[in-house]
Order: sequence, then C-alpha cells, then structure tokens
Amino acid sequence: MQPGRQVSLWNALTSLGGTTNSALCGAQARVALSDLVHGSSLGGRCEELRGRSVLIASTDQLAAALALVELDGVARRVVLCPADLPVRHLPFVMEAAEVDAIVTDRDTLGPDIPSVRNLVTVSAKIVPADVDRRPSHQTEWILLTSGTTGLPKLALHTLASLAGAIEYAKNPEIVWGTFYDIRRYGGLQIFLRTILSGASLILSNAKEPMTDYLVRAGAHGVTHISGTPSHWRQELMSAEAHRIAPEYIRLSGEIVDQAILNQLRCFYPQARIGHAFASTEAGVAFDVNDGLAGFPAKFIEQPDARVEMKVEDGSLRIRSSRTAACYLGRVEKTLSGPDGFVDTGDMLELRGDRYYFAGRRDGVINVGGLKVHPEEVEAVINRHPQVRMCLVHTRRNPITGAIVVADIVLDREPSNGVRHEIFELCRNTLARHKVPAMITFVPALTVAETGKMARQYA
Amino acid sequence: MQVSENDHLISVRSEVLSQFKQVAEEQNRRLAPLVDDLPLLESGLDSLCFAVIVARLEDMYGVDPFSAADDSPFPVTLGDFVKSYENAAG
Repeated sequence: MQPGRQVSLWNALTSLGGTTNSALCGAQARVALSDLVHGSSLGGRCEELRGRSVLIASTDQLAAALALVELDGVARRVVLCPADLPVRHLPFVMEAAEVDAIVTDRDTLGPDIPSVRNLVTVSAKIVPADVDRRPSHQTEWILLTSGTTGLPKLALHTLASLAGAIEYAKNPEIVWGTFYDIRRYGGLQIFLRTILSGASLILSNAKEPMTDYLVRAGAHGVTHISGTPSHWRQELMSAEAHRIAPEYIRLSGEIVDQAILNQLRCFYPQARIGHAFASTEAGVAFDVNDGLAGFPAKFIEQPDARVEMKVEDGSLRIRSSRTAACYLGRVEKTLSGPDGFVDTGDMLELRGDRYYFAGRRDGVINVGGLKVHPEEVEAVINRHPQVRMCLVHTRRNPITGAIVVADIVLDREPSNGVRHEIFELCRNTLARHKVPAMITFVPALTVAETGKMARQYA
Repeated sequence: MQVSENDHLISVRSEVLSQFKQVAEEQNRRLAPLVDDLPLLESGLDSLCFAVIVARLEDMYGVDPFSAADDSPFPVTLGDFVKSYENAAG
C-alpha cells in the first residue's frame, strides 16, 4: 500500500474499474465485485453506521466480507467476530471496543447482549443503493485473538497496517481460496489481497467440511490458496485434494516444516509454494519462497528494511508499520516494547545460515530442567513418510516433572514396525530428553477454528 | 479362567522388569543384573529412564504409585519399586 494515501476499501475497489468477472463466492451466493460499487449488502443503511463502532457478527463469511467493503472509511471501528467466538464473550468484546452498532445475519445474537443504537441486517442480496461513500474515518479494524485461556484480546489495526504487505495491482485473473476464516488475520490478508487486486475469492462456509470446500474451490478454478500447515496436512489427507490444481500455495500461522513443503511439492508439482511469517499482533513480516523451511539469516537486522527484525532472548522481535497499534480494553495496552519492537514469542534457532522456528516460548515442556519445544519434535516425527500429522505434548511425571509424549496420525493402519521406526528417527535426531516417552497412534487430531493445532499449554 | 493372586504378582513383576530392559536398550544403558536388592541408582538407568518406565507402566496399569497423595518415598531398591506396582495395581 502506498503510504500517505487515504483510501478506503471501497475507494480501492472503485479505482480498479471494470471487475465484472471478479466475485466473492460463498457456498450459497456469489457477489460480483462490480455490484459492490453501487450496491449495498446492508439494505442501503450504511450511512446510519457512519462514525459508529460496529460489531460485525455474521455466521456467513461472505456477509462479513460485504459489510467490510461497505463500512471501511465509514465506520469509526469495525470489530471482526469469527463465527466460533463464544457468545458469552460478546458483552466483553462490545464493552472493550465501545460498540454502538451491530451488523449481523443472525436472528438473535444470544442472551445478555447489550442494546445498541443501530442493529443492521447484512445479507448477500445486494440492493442498488445510491449512498454516500465518502470516507470520513480512518476506520480501526479490531481483530480478536484467542488467548490460550479466557477472554479474547482485541488488537487494533487500520487498513494501512493490514495491507502493508499487499501490492495494489489489478489482477482479475487470480482466484483465491483460503482455509482460514477471513475474520482472522491469515484469512483477512487473503480477503484484502482479493479486493485490492480485483481478484476473486472462494470463501468457506461455516462448519463446511474440508472435502466440500475443495470440491467448490476446484469447480471455481482456484489459482491461489492459503492455509496453515495443519490445514494443508488435513487437505492432503482428504480424498478431494486432487480437485484443485493451484498455481500458488501459501502457508502461514504455524511453523512450516520441510516435510509439509515436500509433500505439497509432490502432490502439486505445478504450484509455487511459499510460506509467510505473520501474526495478528506483529503483522506480515516476510515471505519465504525458496522451498525450504526456516528463513535466511540475512533477513534479520537489515537496517533499511520496511520490516525490521531482531532476535532477543531467543525470540523474534518485529518493528514495522504493519504491527497492531495496541490492545483495546479497559486499559489500552501497547504491544511493543520501549524500542517499538513487538516480541512475537516465537523462538528461533540459528543453524548454518538459516533461522528455524523452534516453537512458542509459552509452549516449552520442562523435562527435569531441560527445555523441549513440542514443535521441534513434531518436525522430526513429520519426516516419517507414513506420518500425516502429529501433536507432541506434555505429561506430568513424578520423576522429571514432565515428559514428552506424541499422538500421531498415520496414512495407514499402525504397525509395531512403524512405531519402532519413529522412535529410532527421534533417537537419531533429538537429544534424549526430547524423544517421546510414548507414542499413541490416533485416528485424527483436533485442529482449532484458527487452523492451528489445538494445544494445551501446561 | 481364574487368575490367582500369585499369577497376578508374577505378571506385574515380569512387566516391570521387561520395561527396565526395554528402556535400557532404547537408551543405550548397560543394565545391572535385575535382583531385588539392586539399588535403583546403581541399576545403570538415570532419572529420564525412570520417568519413561513410570509413564509406560501408568499407561499399562492406570496407576502411578509415586504421584499418590500420601508422601510415600520413592523406592530405593528394585524390589521396592516392583512392590509399589504390585500393591498399586493389585
């Protein structure tokens, strides 16, 4: 995005001109981008929401997407609620974000929802509306991050911080797909790329099985598609993985190991495969397109980079215009330290001329005083050709306080042979205390709505 | 078929001993001859090995006699160790 240019999403869409063939597609409806220029998904009521802090609480992702196009530059704030946000958290979110208007496609939002001045229905039915689109606000975009426990955190962005990594270049040939919910950072990046380039986007439906989504994505001829490594592992396990033939595959949101990159390369030999480091708080930091896990060490401490990065106390720190400004709440909290760098909490290891992500600082397992990152053990287990996905976690132990155990999904029926091979692989690669004490073969693992492995931090 | 108390104790003992051997092999440890008065600290296994043994036996018998609420001390000899499981898994 060009600095210093005050634009709204709608401005950007309008300035692209002729985007007749580009569309946002949900499971039930398709909306051409060109229809959004003079039409309204809010029944023409967008002016009522000018200057308001608007909670967008729709079940349908398409409805949320349409509301965002209409409200950016008009609303003071838009608060993006993912479909799985527990209703009991809504009063907290509404208070923290000073919500005074709601846009929804639901009949009711639930009990104990505070009353607001405006309640507006959003739908994929676009009505012609000659409404005032003049941007009057630099709208604050509030993204909810799921804490490991308890209440969500509300991270404050603007279109400028969210779109900092996106080029404004018209490219209507692209058909994006994403396994993410666009109300989360990873999915929102894809939504913004779509709108700012006049491309198309195939959205997943609430609770839609991966197989159904792949069939639709294939039918729409998806060319570019993004998800977490866990999404992609599930995708490769799906019987419908052959439905898509993407030109570009993007991974983000979790550590990308070499095994998943190799498996995707084998299955989709025609695709360019890239992975990105991004988080709701720190924004998009960098893309890696050389087909290798980790990233070149030279990315760190480049003085004139648009995204400055450094490693301190083992974790990646980022300073850029793409980071969230603060957390909203009773007390606004800054995200960055005094030097302006945001601590990502993602721990790095330097091996040769490349940095590799070891795991989250708060996910460390302590085995008799020795640290283990579950993710580094998972990366080793994932190298076994029969392993589809795995989750390494902690188990309390009376001798060492904790030990490492692994739950593994195989691509076939387990055998004693494969158990032995995986143990051997771990023993030959990892320090003793990092080798799982036990391996359990399981039929499936839980991937959270965020697209990330469901982890329980000790 | 009825399993006698004696058979049960023999099977617990043999399972515990087989876990000692298995873990020693996995961890490349030289295991001392497994006799009842062998002090655990001289068995050739270290705390990580014991941690693995205890975890696997917990999976097998559903009990971890050393995490029980009563502050019973960790066994000193192999015989004590086996007895903890015989009592707990009985």
